[in-house]
Parts: sequence; C-alpha cells; structure tokens
Amino acid sequence: MRLEPRAHVPFWLNIAAPVAAVILAFAFCALLILWTGAPILESYRALLVGAFGSTFAITETLTRAAPLIFTGLAAAVAFRAKLWNIGGEGQLYAGALAATYFGTGLVTLPPLLMVPFLFLVGAVAGGLLLLLPVILKLKLRVDEVVTTLLLNFVVILFANYLLFGPWKDPLAMGWPQAAPIIDEGVLSPLVPRMRLHSGLIWAVAFAVFAWGFIRFSRWGFQIRAVGFNPEAAAFAGMPIGATVLRTALLSGGLAGMAGVCELAGLKGYLTLDLSPGFGYTGIAVAMLAGLHPLGVIAAAIFVAAIYNGADAMSRAMSISNYLADVLTATSLLLVLASVLFVRFRPRLR
Amino acid sequence: MPEVDETVPGGAGVKQVPHRDPVLRLDGVTKHFGSLTANDAVSLDLYPGEILALLGENGAGKTTLMSILFGHYVADAGHIEAFGKRLPAGSPRAAIAAGIGMVHQHFTLGENLTVLDNIVLGTESLWKPMQSRAKARRKVVALAEHFGLAVDPKRLIRDLSVGERQRVEILKALYRGARVLILDEPTAVLAPKEVETLFKTLKTMVAEGLSIIFISHKLNEVMAVADRVAVLRQGKQVAQIPIAEASKESLAQAMVGRPIAPPKREPLPPGEIVMQMAGLSMSGAPGQTALQELHLLLYGREILGIAGVSGNGQAALAALISGLRLPDGGSFELLGEAVKTTSPAQMQHRGVGRIPEDRHATGVVGDLSVEENLILEASGDRRFCDLGMLRGRVIRRYAKDLIDRFDIRGADPTTTTRALSGGNMQKVILARVLSAKPRVILANQPTRGLDVGAAAKVQELLFEARAEGAGIILISEDLEELLQVSDRIAVLYQGRLSQPVAAEDADLTALGLLMSGHGEFERYRREAGHAA
Repeated sequence: MRLEPRAHVPFWLNIAAPVAAVILAFAFCALLILWTGAPILESYRALLVGAFGSTFAITETLTRAAPLIFTGLAAAVAFRAKLWNIGGEGQLYAGALAATYFGTGLVTLPPLLMVPFLFLVGAVAGGLLLLLPVILKLKLRVDEVVTTLLLNFVVILFANYLLFGPWKDPLAMGWPQAAPIIDEGVLSPLVPRMRLHSGLIWAVAFAVFAWGFIRFSRWGFQIRAVGFNPEAAAFAGMPIGATVLRTALLSGGLAGMAGVCELAGLKGYLTLDLSPGFGYTGIAVAMLAGLHPLGVIAAAIFVAAIYNGADAMSRAMSISNYLADVLTATSLLLVLASVLFVRFRPRLR
Repeated sequence: MPEVDETVPGGAGVKQVPHRDPVLRLDGVTKHFGSLTANDAVSLDLYPGEILALLGENGAGKTTLMSILFGHYVADAGHIEAFGKRLPAGSPRAAIAAGIGMVHQHFTLGENLTVLDNIVLGTESLWKPMQSRAKARRKVVALAEHFGLAVDPKRLIRDLSVGERQRVEILKALYRGARVLILDEPTAVLAPKEVETLFKTLKTMVAEGLSIIFISHKLNEVMAVADRVAVLRQGKQVAQIPIAEASKESLAQAMVGRPIAPPKREPLPPGEIVMQMAGLSMSGAPGQTALQELHLLLYGREILGIAGVSGNGQAALAALISGLRLPDGGSFELLGEAVKTTSPAQMQHRGVGRIPEDRHATGVVGDLSVEENLILEASGDRRFCDLGMLRGRVIRRYAKDLIDRFDIRGADPTTTTRALSGGNMQKVILARVLSAKPRVILANQPTRGLDVGAAAKVQELLFEARAEGAGIILISEDLEELLQVSDRIAVLYQGRLSQPVAAEDADLTALGLLMSGHGEFERYRREAGHAA
C-alpha cells in the first residue's frame, strides 16, 4: 500500500475518518471481551445502556462530560499555540482551591453573582499557575512539558497539606475535606432528582466562546499563527511572548474552571478525590477532537459515555471496567492514525 | 541486483549494452491527481553517456515523473523500461536494483550519522557488519576519488556544507550501483563555485558511460551542462531536442508556452536618500558572518543590488533591515531618522517592507489560509480589526482584490497557503508587503527557486514599487538577474561591502572577482570609506 497526498480533502472525510476509527476501536476491543468469555454484542449493549439508556444514564454521562469539556478545551487551546500544557490536573485543583478559599464563607454574594465569581477566581488561579512554567519557558527555555507535569504533584500535595491541616472541616468527622461551598455558590441542578448541574451549560458556553475566540478574534489568529509557524509569525511582527502568555492564561483558566465545576456542581466540598485524572483525560479529549473547541464537546461526551458505560458493563457482565481505558486509548490512537488517511489517499499496489 | 563490490559502477555494465540502445525508456507515462493531470502521456529515452535535462516550470510535472520512475508513485498508464527490461511499477527497491539512483532536492541524510554510515545504510548485511564495513569504506573512497567527489567518510553529516551533503547523496547512489542518476534541482542549494564543481563531476560521470537526468528550471545551467533537453509544460512533453539546436529563448518559450519578455528597467531619476548606513558593524548571529564598516546609501526610486555568495553577511544585513537585530556600532538611519530600537513591527511602521529569504520558513504560515497570510502583518490595522475581532468580510474582499491584482493563481482567499506553488506563495508575500506601500524594501533572494514566468512577475512588481518611489535592496546570488534588474550593484564579501557601481558600467568579470574576494575589493572599500 502506498500513500499519495490528496489535492482536495472532501468535507465528509473529516467526519467519516474519526467515526470509522472509533468503530474500529470497538471492533478491536471486542477481541478483549471475547477473551474474557463474555458475549460481545450483549456487553456492548450493556455499555450503551449504561451510557445513554435512561434519563439517569444520560445525566450521569453529561455530568462527567462537563469537567472534561473544560480540561479538553484547556489542552486544545494550548496545543493550538504549541504550548504543551500537561498541567491541567494541577490547574484544576488550583481552581478548586481558590473556589474553596473564597466560596466557603469569605465572600457572600447573591447566587446570580456568586457562581460567576467562583468561576472567575478559579480561572484566575488556574491561569496564574500556568503562567509560572510559561514564563520559565519564555525566559529560560525550560521545557514546559516537564514543569507543568511536575507542578501537578506540587499543587495536589499542597491541597493535601491544606485538607489534613488548616482547611480541614471540623464538622467532617475527621475526614480530610474542606468546608462546603456556601449555598449561594452551588451550581443549580438541571434535571430534578439527578446530579446533572448547570456546570454543563457553562462548559458548552465556554467551548463556543473558545471556538469564536480562536476563529474570529485577533488574539486567536495570533495563537494559531504562532502555533503553526512561530518564526514567520515573529517575522511578520506578531508578539510571540505576549501571545504565549495569553494562551497560558486562557488554557490554565479553562482548566481551573473544571475544578470549580466539579467542586460547586457535584461534590460541594473539596476532597482529594475531586478529579479522577480529568486534567490528563482532557488531553486525550482534545486530541480526539482534533483540537477543535466545538469538537471537544462531542469528544468529552464520547469519553464520558465510555467510562460511564464501562462501569455499567462491568457490573452486568463482570468484565473489568479497565476496558474503558483501553477503549479510549485505542480510539485515540486510531483517530490520530485516521488523520493520515484524511491527508493522504491510500492506494493498493 | 548489480554486482555490489564493483568498484566503478557503470563501466562494466554499459559495455554489455549496445551504444545506441536507450538505458531508460519511459513510454506514455500518465498520472492524475484527482482532476489534475500531472503527467500526460510522457515518453522519454535516455541514452548511455548523456545528460538529459528535464526542463519545466514549477508544477509542470517534472518531480512527479521522476517519482514514478523511482517507484514512489504508480503511473495510471504507460510503462518504464530500464536496460531493456520492464521496471515493476511502484517499487523503489526495483528501481535501485535496476541501477537507477535518485538525488532528491531535499536531502535524505541522517544528520547524526557519519558519511559512511549514511552511504551504507540499508545495504549492509545483518550478519557480518564489521567485515562489510571495511570493504564498504574502501569502495566509497575509491568511488569518491574516481569521480572527484571529495568527502571524508568519517565526518558527521551535520558538520558538512550543503555542497558536501550533495556529494554524499551522489556517492550513496553510486555505491548502490546506479548507472542512471536522477538529480532533482541539484543546483538550487549550491553556491556558484559549488555548481561548477558539480558540473565537472557530472561530465566525468557521463564520460564513464553513466547517464544523468538533470531536473532544472534554470536555462543557463541546462545550456551549460546538458546534451539533450526535454521540456515539460502542464504535464505534457512539448519538446525533446539536442542542446545544440536549442536556444535560451526557444526553451523559455517552450516552458512557459508563450514568449517571455523579461521586464525592462525604465531609467528613473533617483529620489531622496531613504536609508543610510555609515561605518556600521554588527556581530553575526551564530553561523552568520558579521558586518564590518558598512557604508550604504539607498535612494528612492532605485534598486540597489547586493551581489555575493551566500554566507558573506547577507543574513546579518537582512536581519538588520528586517528588524531582527540592531547594529553594534556605526549609524543606521531610515528616512532621515536614526534607528535606536528595533523589532519587525517597528520596521513596518517605519515603512520598511521585508521579503524574507525563506518563504516557507519565514515568509508565510503555510497552514493558514491565503487571506490570513495576506493580513499577517496588518491584523491590528483598523481596517481589519474592530474591538479585537477580525472583520471577516472586509478581509475576504481585501484578499480577493489582492489575489486579482497580484495574479496569485490557484488560490481563493480560503485556500491553504501550503498548497500554493513557490511562485504563487512569493506573490502572496509580495502582495502583503507591497500593499503597505513601503518606502524601503528588502528583497532577499526574491526569485530563488522560481520559474521564468513567476520570476518575471516578481521583478515586474519590484519595478512597480520602484516607480512609486520605494528604494529597494535586492540581495541575490544571480549576477545576471542583478545586472538586469538593479540600478546599482555592490558586492558583499566576508561582511564588507564594495563601492556600488552603476549596472550599465558593471562588468561580470570584475563583479565575479569581487565576489570571490579578489581584485579591486579592498580599494573599493577604502573609497567607500572616503565617500561617507
């Protein structure tokens, strides 16, 4: 087989290729299910029902998708500028820490203002956290992959210290958790008796915002230009440093908002299991979405559905729910590989 | 497979082939890419001991044809015979086994490996690596000596000059027993001196009975080195004639399909001084030659040609005018104002238009659309940007207008810039730069790698800017272009600039001597010192 460059990429192929890749991923994982001895179709049916089969399933999937949209956007925006922000997890906790600091009684505003206020302080905390490694990158050329990754542990251990020490809620019967967010700051539920909260609406709104910003604003234009070709962008007079700093604030801010979304929407108070790795999964979401902010919505729902569905499948068919990780990883690899076929035409012979 | 330890490939093989049988025969080769016909029933014969030049504009299908020959692509119709045997389609391995060697325009060498490693890469037996290595070294040294391809097998590729790397590529092909060598635009990356050396090597090789296909769009070189020439235009072969029957004019016309009149430089009275350098020194960035005691006056309505072999300070001079660096000493004035601080954006505001040397790396952002590249320098302009948002409709109209005015072909505003040919990409840069009405223009190798038609268009656009009053610094290695386009010419040699001479009084020999640092250079420089 050989590959020839395509002169024109038909639009449908941009959609069809990732869909085909995902189908292939499911086919591949069918082998794993087969290995465990469970019936394939029934297992996948259990997965589908677990993800979308009832109001409860749908709302659970969407609840899980909301923080993934934020962290996915954080990665997508940064990667567009070739800023390799692997620190989404740390920024998520930074956002949650800031929201806990301001939202547990220090500041009280009416609900209409309190929620935006918490998102704001969360975003500022996440953005400022990313600023540090980015300044090191710009001034001293320190590789941001390493620094952002390691900062995750710094932030999480700092949260650990706070939760076992000064911030420990005396009413929590000794559990390491902070005081709850005040009622004014809690995100309102969207569906009665379900956990789904208005954080999803915030997430979708910011995905649309990020798309418009990248696509239509001058700063977004600069982010794209600097990401594609920093040398040409600099030669054309674009401010490289300022662009990268803006990207960092936006990316870190979005990841910080993921922390606020989980804290004020779902958990209510800060614990150390606030995020099961949303910051890292956000990177996979962004790559699945081809770094497109609107695609991030779909990719986040897809990944959330797989994780939720795999839990249900695991219960019903007694297959390990690690299959969710394998499915996500295989989908990601195959979607990345499918990009090759979008750009090149495979020819047999 | 040809015999591997044959010291001189070609010699033994060719004797078995009667002299006038072609070593290579392409018969009716056709290739479509979607709706584009890249090659349309092209037939070619290559005889032993000849250099066949394959001439054509960018996008005429030269590289596609050679890729089919070498098995990178599979032709939709037609077939290829090598040494009388049909070549299986789509197999580079079969092409190599049949004695075809290819030297790509962009080298395919491992930077962190030695010359020898690169040459033997992929030919070594897995079982006796050490033994075959000593043998390989002997063979490489013998080949290098025989064909005058001096290069030390022990050196690392990353320490080699471009010319040396090319020699390694040629050695690599010869080592694999190539009897037909395809060179894709081999002179594009070479300095004039290296071109001469290369041509000498090529002549030696054909004298040994090898055959060479020389892909180029430079007429001078084709006339100088080829025995026969085949011309491609829009995928069709439009001529195949002995070089003795060809003339530069007839070949240019065959390439472009219409008579080409190089734009004429109308004499214009020079305007005021727009740029001035006096005693200017600047240390070079790593790998760049420093500028020493530069004296330079640039007037409006003139083109000042800067001749010289690359690497003699052109990069530093361009960085200075582009706003990337500041001089260490001496004075630098633009439109009567001393330049104390600099940046690309500041230079734009001062009225400097900059056409960079490397269009792909510095000129355009290939992944952005044509319209986005057209406003790359002006995205903050009130016309295009309102409250931080880009005004899409205005930009679309503006881009359409520039695409028409600058004759950017194969592009609408949303086309990805990477998809454009080199000439059209250069027109995008010119459109962007010239539409800002600059008073000073830096044109760094603006026609390098462009075909005749596109180069003529670029020169025409520079003339238009000159007529509107701009002063233009034209950096080029092509003396003939400089003599045709410039009002005055100065030579840059090891960071020093000679006294400019009027193009009418300039003399190829004297300029050539200056370019190699000989002759009157020192005297010119001292005069320049007195003049300022």
